[in-house]
Amino acid sequence: MLKIDGITRRFGQVTALDGVSLEIGQGEFFALLGPSGCGKTTLLRIIAGFETPDSGTVTLDGDDLLALPPNRRPISLMFQSYALFPHMTVAKNVAYGLEREKLPREEIRRRVGEVLETVGLSAHGDRRPAQLSGGQRQRVALARSIVKRPRLLLLDEPLSALDKKVRADMQLELKRLQNEVGITFVVVTHDQEEAMSLADRIAVFDSGSVRQVDEPVALYERPRTPFVAGFVGANNTFEGKARAAGLDAGDLGELAGTPLDGLEEGAGALLCVRPEKITLAEIPEETEDGAEGLEGAVLDVSFYGGVSHLSVDVPGHARPVLVAVQGASAVRPGAKVRLTWDADDAVVIPVPS
Amino acid sequence: MSPARTRPATALRVRRRLGAFVFLSPGLAYLVVLLLVPLALVLSYVFFQRGRFGGVVYEYTTENFSRLMDPLYLRVLGESLQIAALTTVIALALGYPTAYLIARLPRTWKTVALVAIVLPFWTNFIIRMYAWIILLNGPGLINSALKSLGLGPFELLYNKGAIVVGLVYSYLPLMVLPLYAAIEKLDPQLREASANLGASGFTTFRKVTLPLTVPGVLTGCLFVFVPSFGNFVIPEMLGGGKSVMVGNLIRTEFLQARDWPFGSALALALVAVLVVLLLAQAWVARRA
Repeated sequence: MLKIDGITRRFGQVTALDGVSLEIGQGEFFALLGPSGCGKTTLLRIIAGFETPDSGTVTLDGDDLLALPPNRRPISLMFQSYALFPHMTVAKNVAYGLEREKLPREEIRRRVGEVLETVGLSAHGDRRPAQLSGGQRQRVALARSIVKRPRLLLLDEPLSALDKKVRADMQLELKRLQNEVGITFVVVTHDQEEAMSLADRIAVFDSGSVRQVDEPVALYERPRTPFVAGFVGANNTFEGKARAAGLDAGDLGELAGTPLDGLEEGAGALLCVRPEKITLAEIPEETEDGAEGLEGAVLDVSFYGGVSHLSVDVPGHARPVLVAVQGASAVRPGAKVRLTWDADDAVVIPVPS
Repeated sequence: MSPARTRPATALRVRRRLGAFVFLSPGLAYLVVLLLVPLALVLSYVFFQRGRFGGVVYEYTTENFSRLMDPLYLRVLGESLQIAALTTVIALALGYPTAYLIARLPRTWKTVALVAIVLPFWTNFIIRMYAWIILLNGPGLINSALKSLGLGPFELLYNKGAIVVGLVYSYLPLMVLPLYAAIEKLDPQLREASANLGASGFTTFRKVTLPLTVPGVLTGCLFVFVPSFGNFVIPEMLGGGKSVMVGNLIRTEFLQARDWPFGSALALALVAVLVVLLLAQAWVARRA
């Protein structure tokens, strides 16, 4: 539906986007995820028409988008700051886009009423934006963007300004809305949890390039680049050389893992294993050497309610290894432990040389 | 709860107010000595009769008010209002696009443009008015330029038009600066949101930019209207010294006719008009 091909945008010496290509399908909930300054917002502004790329094309259902001025594109953008018109009431804000289409007054009134109902603000139509809470303002912004029934809805950090409780509600709301109205959503966010919970597919951005496009589960379990492995969720990484059944981590020995397809044996590689995939066992006082896995000493235990995080110092490895266990942990700091994991749960990815 | 516990708090509040007063007192003293006292004098003169060689004779009269209603003076007041209003409208028409463009310049050019706006204030006002006389008078620069094109000469100086030109020239910066401040602080995303919702550039201006800068427009208009309305130097120099504006009339009453009480009455009428305008501006700005 939306096809982005080879988009490059430079600001002076800085390359904000470097040959970005993406394809987004009809009705998809797509997320552009990356740290701030990675170029994801620039891409959003190019799609909306507030920024012009130096090269590349953007088409919507085959039509050249870049040839249209911003006010002629069938695209709605929900701004991070919401950008509500402070001198208009909520109803007037929502009606603004419909009035520009010169629709009959009666139809405008009806559609504004409907959409305010959808976002649960029917009682607030006469208020000014300044009289609303952050969550309410955001719903007005959302109502204003969907009332025009755009073919594509762009959302710039839609939940970043909200507190945790409202966020969770809004997240469900967005999902429900997307199922209901069937618009294609593209959301820009630096928050990986937001991206994972909302999106059907995620494109991870770094320094102006797309590092990986995948479904949330695949992105989490099978990162393809060191950046994605480090950016999406907590991860433990070990450096070494690729082996058929894992990684040769030098002094740490052979570690179990599944190499990515096409990774050559002996190539420089990174083994990544998620904290919750690691099994932790306390080592009894007298033990025979030579058992599998890594040995280490517990540095610290943090209890988070549903899970506990343990950091384990493994001799020969610079960073402590993070392990997540269900519930409270009986292991105390200082205890000797053995860390093991299934080869299927660890991924070995190439390190670009 | 107990009085003993609230007393220190009250003492603290009193001390804070005293502290504020210390900082405010230079400004307050200035206002009292240079504004309130003269205003009170003017106010009191109105009710007395003129002295033969200026000053006042302390005999009560209301004659000065009835004289204000004389069509001769009403016409001067009306004329002043007209000239000041025309000046304000022209300054707004010129100032808004200027301020809008400056607000959208890159930062370094913004500073340059703002300095350029303020630059004329660094030259003496009278000298700048003489410059206008040289430009506008019979054999002046504009007329000789027109002559070489086979036009003119025109009567450009010593008429109402020249006064308006002088007033617009002098007070345009006072229009541009508040407008610039208002336009500059507008969130650019509001314009983008408007475009995103399908509005053309002109509609965005009409529906978003202009309504949100109304307070700046009002401030600018007031800044231009107030000094234009009471002005007497520009009408004197560019208007040929005919008493067409209330400022000249007041000056004539005080210095030439030596009729202080009636001069005071005129001055009060001017202040009254301006107070009404200020109140109207405050009222509209609060609703906007």
